[in-house]
Amino acid sequence: MKTLKFLTTAAALALATSLSAEEPVSGGTLNAVIQPEPPGLMLGLVQNGPTQMVAGQIYESLLRYDKDLNPMPSLAKEWTKSEDGLTYTFTLQDDVVWHDGEPFSSADVVFSVDTFLRETHARLRASLVHVESIEAPDDKTVVFTLKQPFGPFLGIFEAGTMPMIPKHIYEGTDYANNPANNTPIGTGPFKFNEWERGSYIHLVKNEDYYMDGKPYLDEIYYQVIPDAASRAVAFETGKVDLLPGGSVENFDIPRLTAMDNVCYTNDGWEFFGPHSWMWLNLHEGPMTDKNLRKAVMHSLNREFARDALWNGNGTVAKGPVSSVTRFHEPNTPDISYNPEKAKEYLAASGYDGETIRILPLPYGETWQRWAEATKQNLADVGIESEIVATDVAGWNQKVGDWDFDLAFTYLYQYGDPALGVARTYISSNIAKGSPWNNVSGYVNEEVDKLFAEAAVQADDAKRQELYTEVQNIVVDDVPVAWMLELQFPTIYRCDLKNPVSTAIGVNDGMRDAWLARE
Amino acid sequence: MSLGGNETRGAIVLGFIAARLVKAVFILLAILVLNFVLIHAAPGDPAAVMAGEAGAADEKFLQDLRERFGLDQPFAVQLWTYMKGALQLDLGYSYRQQMPVAELIWDRLPATLLLTSTAFVISIVFGVLAGVLAAQAQGTWWDTLISSLALLFYATPLFWVALMASLLFSVVLGWLPGFGYQTIGANYTGIERMLDIGKHLILPATTLGLFFTAIYMRMTRASMLEVSRLDFVKTARAKGLRNSVIQRRHVLRNALLPVITLAGLQAGQIVGGAVLTETVFAWPGIGRLMFEAISQRDYNVILGVFFISAAMVLLFNLITDILYGIVDPRIRLTK
Repeated sequence: MKTLKFLTTAAALALATSLSAEEPVSGGTLNAVIQPEPPGLMLGLVQNGPTQMVAGQIYESLLRYDKDLNPMPSLAKEWTKSEDGLTYTFTLQDDVVWHDGEPFSSADVVFSVDTFLRETHARLRASLVHVESIEAPDDKTVVFTLKQPFGPFLGIFEAGTMPMIPKHIYEGTDYANNPANNTPIGTGPFKFNEWERGSYIHLVKNEDYYMDGKPYLDEIYYQVIPDAASRAVAFETGKVDLLPGGSVENFDIPRLTAMDNVCYTNDGWEFFGPHSWMWLNLHEGPMTDKNLRKAVMHSLNREFARDALWNGNGTVAKGPVSSVTRFHEPNTPDISYNPEKAKEYLAASGYDGETIRILPLPYGETWQRWAEATKQNLADVGIESEIVATDVAGWNQKVGDWDFDLAFTYLYQYGDPALGVARTYISSNIAKGSPWNNVSGYVNEEVDKLFAEAAVQADDAKRQELYTEVQNIVVDDVPVAWMLELQFPTIYRCDLKNPVSTAIGVNDGMRDAWLARE
Repeated sequence: MSLGGNETRGAIVLGFIAARLVKAVFILLAILVLNFVLIHAAPGDPAAVMAGEAGAADEKFLQDLRERFGLDQPFAVQLWTYMKGALQLDLGYSYRQQMPVAELIWDRLPATLLLTSTAFVISIVFGVLAGVLAAQAQGTWWDTLISSLALLFYATPLFWVALMASLLFSVVLGWLPGFGYQTIGANYTGIERMLDIGKHLILPATTLGLFFTAIYMRMTRASMLEVSRLDFVKTARAKGLRNSVIQRRHVLRNALLPVITLAGLQAGQIVGGAVLTETVFAWPGIGRLMFEAISQRDYNVILGVFFISAAMVLLFNLITDILYGIVDPRIRLTK
């Protein structure tokens, strides 16, 4: 049965590939699902998932990334890096105009990065501390000068991290309350047309896009459907053609992908590298005991979780760096499922039979079931536990206040350990009140030093050496219990071509997508 | 209280309404304060939720958000600011949706009113008719069938009915749209648009109406059977009145009082929307707005919806009291 399914999938993929080679045709309407409804579409102010999915069609940045995270041209057509790794010079595309007709120039880049995003974008701000200056010697050239080499620098130019903001609309205004936020103006392949709250967001083709003939689609409707089962129904009944990753419950995926003319892909998440783990509370309580942490780690049957709960999607994590992120080290110390080993570590620990509190991630059925499976895994090796129910806001508070023993989470890695991994393990990032820093409270000076050193190396070989060392140390310390490298399949009608063409998938401008329909 | 002429009666009705309205204002204020306290007691705040959605946040990010929303102020100051606004009918600003709350509610109100009032009409018409039918056919298989169906509708969880209805009529049979308010992208106008919305309305309105249909049916049936055993009905029969006249003029009219009470309660919920139905059917109404606001701790939106809902409940209670007097002349209004 499994072989048959594999063959069917392989055949579907082969068919999809051969069809992709067809000549694209222009026209057509794409109906996609968006959930939850984004709070706003101004990507410089709001960077949550649904905002990026819609606004990624409207706004662009200087670069895009292929599946292997190699930079590709976007608003910058070429770029150079000086030998000392301190100066990056970008040459912008010709004939790019904003959606209101104003020309896009290097002054917009300087304003976006140095003024607007430095003020509003928390994640970019952390990278910009390495930047000494940003200058525009002429209309088409931007020069970034760094204080010291910053290894992942060329990895911060994706649309969600560094969207270009129109200077002529935002300069000197109160950004958060600028009326233009409701009618976003970018340079992307699609323009904002209408947003009927609670129902849909309508984007239309940017006829003045700088790439001749693109985009191919005439318009995109993002339909707001709050219930996961109803989203599946919407796809089944042909009302929508594209279900971005995570739109439906995992148990619905086999049914939907078995339908005629339905394709799916796990591509398009390489930049994000969603990595899941359980925070272990190292501040106080039973998890401060390293032997108990190792017992927990070896008790987790993550293969079962992947196969039974995630429908076979995902990769069992080997440590802090995802295998799709740069500088992943595959040969870290063993943390595999091994109940016997778990029992040995448990016997060596000071665990006295107290009940461990598990905080599931309140993101739907799969996560709830995962907490239940974990409870069962722990019970199998002799660890008592209970599941604490919360909603999203309650989860934020409990995790931020370190009020848990084990807490599920997943975070993006943004392609490079310096951007999305170090933040979880360095001691300078421990602060009560936030669930997105070093929540466990892990302190290891060697780890701090290695992460800091690796970030400011210009040479990739040297970086790999340092990151390999830090991965080995962290895995041995088990400050968190790594679970799965998550995969969220994008499901779509096979006659929608190229919905995913970069490392951020459907979050990137779908300038290459087209519909092979009469 | 016995009444003199029409003038006196009119004055009493007006006095009654005025007194109830004054009371209502105080009740509303108390509800506002209570809601404010309860919502702020729930764990988490909107800034943390929004920062979480952004996937990254530093201290500055959280601090900026809290300052922007006034969440860094002491609780008493926040309460005072909100009450001051509410007294001037300013329901504040939605942190997450970045729009005035009144505008958000106003945008969602038509969809909710359409859904809930259609469900209201469906449930009253079918519930009362079925109840009358069952009462008149007491003990027959008609009665058993209607009562069993009512029990089934009453006991089945709404979200399950909604999902099954969507599966059957939308996926399997393909007769009706399974979600949404209109065909997106069709840009219908005039009659076509009305028909399109009507088609989308059938499943959610029927689903939502089922529960209340069952209640109206059970209540009408029980109430009619109870009234038909009373002495004045025997007298009417003894007078030789036709059965249909007795049932309509004497039994049904008296049996309707509890139904009106229930209708008043249901009508009060019309603006509050129908959280489950609106969520399953992606109906862009107030119930869904509230549901999403609660999970995002969008305080002002939650308070705004509660405020409007509470006001509606009070209004419909008042209307119910007045209707009592009309349906049953023995009941008189007093201040």
